[in-house]
Amino acid sequence: MPVITYREAVRHALAEELERDPNVVVMGEEVAQFNGAYKVTEGLLARFGPQRIVDTPISEAGFIGVGIGASMLGIRPVMELMFWSFYSVAFDQILNNAANVRYMSGGQIHCPIVIRGPANGGTNVGATHSHTPENVLANHPGVKVVVPSSPADAKGLLKSAIRDNDPVFFLENTMLYGEKGEVPAGEHVVPLGLADVKRAGTDLTIVTYGRSVLHSLAAAEVLEREHKISTEVLDLRTIRPLDFDSVLKSVAKTHRVLIVEEQKPFASVGSQLAYMIQREAFDELDGPIHRLATVDAPAIYSPPVEVEQLPNPRRVLQAALETLA
Amino acid sequence: MSKKPTAKETTPTAATDHAQAPVNARLTPEERIELFRKMVRIRRFEERSLRAYQAKKIGGFLHLYIGQEAVAVGCCSLMGPHDHVITAYRDHGHAIAVGMETKPLMAELYGKATGCSKGKGGSMHYFDPSRNFWGGHGIVGGQIPLGAGLAYALKYKGLKGAAMAFMGDGAVNQGAVHEAYNLASLWNLPVVFVIENNGYSMGTSQARSSAGELAQRAAGYDMQWGQCSGHDVYEVRAMMDKFLTLARETGKPSTVEIDTYRYRGHSVADPDNTYRSKQEIEEYRRTRDPIQLFQDKLLAEGALTPALAEQIDTEARAEADVAADFSEASPFPTPADIQTDVYWEADNPADRRSQGRLFFT
Ligand SMILES: Cc1ncc(C[n+]2csc(CCOP(=O)(O)OP(=O)(O)O)c2C)c(N)n1
Ligand SMILES: [Mg+2]
Repeated sequence: MPVITYREAVRHALAEELERDPNVVVMGEEVAQFNGAYKVTEGLLARFGPQRIVDTPISEAGFIGVGIGASMLGIRPVMELMFWSFYSVAFDQILNNAANVRYMSGGQIHCPIVIRGPANGGTNVGATHSHTPENVLANHPGVKVVVPSSPADAKGLLKSAIRDNDPVFFLENTMLYGEKGEVPAGEHVVPLGLADVKRAGTDLTIVTYGRSVLHSLAAAEVLEREHKISTEVLDLRTIRPLDFDSVLKSVAKTHRVLIVEEQKPFASVGSQLAYMIQREAFDELDGPIHRLATVDAPAIYSPPVEVEQLPNPRRVLQAALETLA
Repeated sequence: MSKKPTAKETTPTAATDHAQAPVNARLTPEERIELFRKMVRIRRFEERSLRAYQAKKIGGFLHLYIGQEAVAVGCCSLMGPHDHVITAYRDHGHAIAVGMETKPLMAELYGKATGCSKGKGGSMHYFDPSRNFWGGHGIVGGQIPLGAGLAYALKYKGLKGAAMAFMGDGAVNQGAVHEAYNLASLWNLPVVFVIENNGYSMGTSQARSSAGELAQRAAGYDMQWGQCSGHDVYEVRAMMDKFLTLARETGKPSTVEIDTYRYRGHSVADPDNTYRSKQEIEEYRRTRDPIQLFQDKLLAEGALTPALAEQIDTEARAEADVAADFSEASPFPTPADIQTDVYWEADNPADRRSQGRLFFT
């Protein structure tokens, strides 16, 4: 199987879907002539032309609204946000218009739009550029939210997202763009709403997603080697729809749960999970559910301190040991 | 693939002599030299910061202002006690122009506790309210309504002053900018919206991002507007004096578009190879460098001697090195600092009135 980067995996998904469906259009700031702020869309303009790969002005509310309107007439726009942080500028379009139009029209209209781009901390770009809004997005019934952690998932999930008839918000990670992994060439589709056991184990379940999967896997190595603890790492991959059956299955096996997320703790994805686990699997639990999140403050700039604000392998390890204590 | 000239771009040989404008004619030689010194200090500070970035001392983004110095220095040199400034992420020039010290500015880039924002904000988020400098904002266009808000506060308090709200040529396409224009005009807020038109928003030329003339959009909101060259600090001062006076005297807002150019990429990460030619950059450097042009003027006026110009440059380089050494020697914030400066009440527990938990784990 070819080994490619996460960045290439996203690009391949875009290119294959552009090839497959003439209604797919890629739109965003610097996606065409500049080849993408993070080079994800590199080469697409040369291959598909300016009708399909469209540079926009810095007008997130405007161009995302345009994408939503076009999707109501059957175009399948894949919009790039240079950073998901800029979603706030287009909040009304994304969460009032895209999320509600199907419902308010009594199901007459649907909105097959994808909005994708990086959503992460860890690159020292400060509080205005480091948001991880998956919880805010998933709070809105009508939308789907995807946070892939590996190149293979990025490709397979993006292809599903583009084919999906609901608005799908696809949250990538600038720290993962250079990560490599095996990715099937050609048609490789991962359905939305299917979690993935990234490492099997019996003593502890870490439920996580996105870049935190990598930190959790690193911590699981140390737990195995130095503490003889067998850890299962369950990658949710999509936040909504949520594969809760896989969470329950893992909890029934290990009876101990740690949730790891690059999220501010208040009303996070983890809060929702913890509620559901205690509600549906209370008797399976041998101890309280633990959760490791981002330290509760806006993103700090200072490079060495930002590492400590976010989940990292050392913090995951410590949280895992506390969960088992 | 080239910068679109603005309608009223003046060439360096243009007949209008902005040195004769009253606001410039009354400058003492010392004040002229001070304008020159500020521009040189900005440039040397940023060149030093670039070296620190390349040495991996600085994280995140670094948006350099090199080539645009006459804009911030010209505008901020006109500030009275009740005039205020707000800008975007390309903020080092404005920070030095309003009088911030270079040590805490450099330390902020290094992420040190001695930085102007204690290492919490970084390059894009400089602030110094004690010098009427309200940032340093990372979201394109987001600071412009705040600029109108500063003007609202001035008016409300009955203070005779004006706010300058700076933005780039790409920012004019944000909805928030248009909403601020309307409010400022509708409510007569003393704000000057300053468009620093360097021809590009990241890798997109003005022609590829914006319909029509930029400053002229103000007319749609019944605001006065003007355009000038930002390569000549005298011209910037002459134009801005007119509109700042209008704001202070009548409360009327305006929009000024200042033609300028950045020599470096959008940020240090920009490979700068898709949207403009090397010749274009060279041409600007050679013919319209604001520091060189002003140096030539001051030499011709006799305000400056070659020896003094040399000395100012040497001092500016030394100052930048001192700032870097200071930053190097300063401590980082600690993980405990992550949760300070979030809530006023948490930092002032003696005066806390609310109850309940403020922070969560
Ligand atoms: C809302 C938002 N969208 C996009 C960006 C990314 N971005 C930062 S600066 C920039 C270009 C802005 O150009 P311009 O307004 O001309 O200012 P300049 O950089 O030339 O000073 C872009 C696209 C951002 N910071 N905020
Ligand atoms: Mg610009």
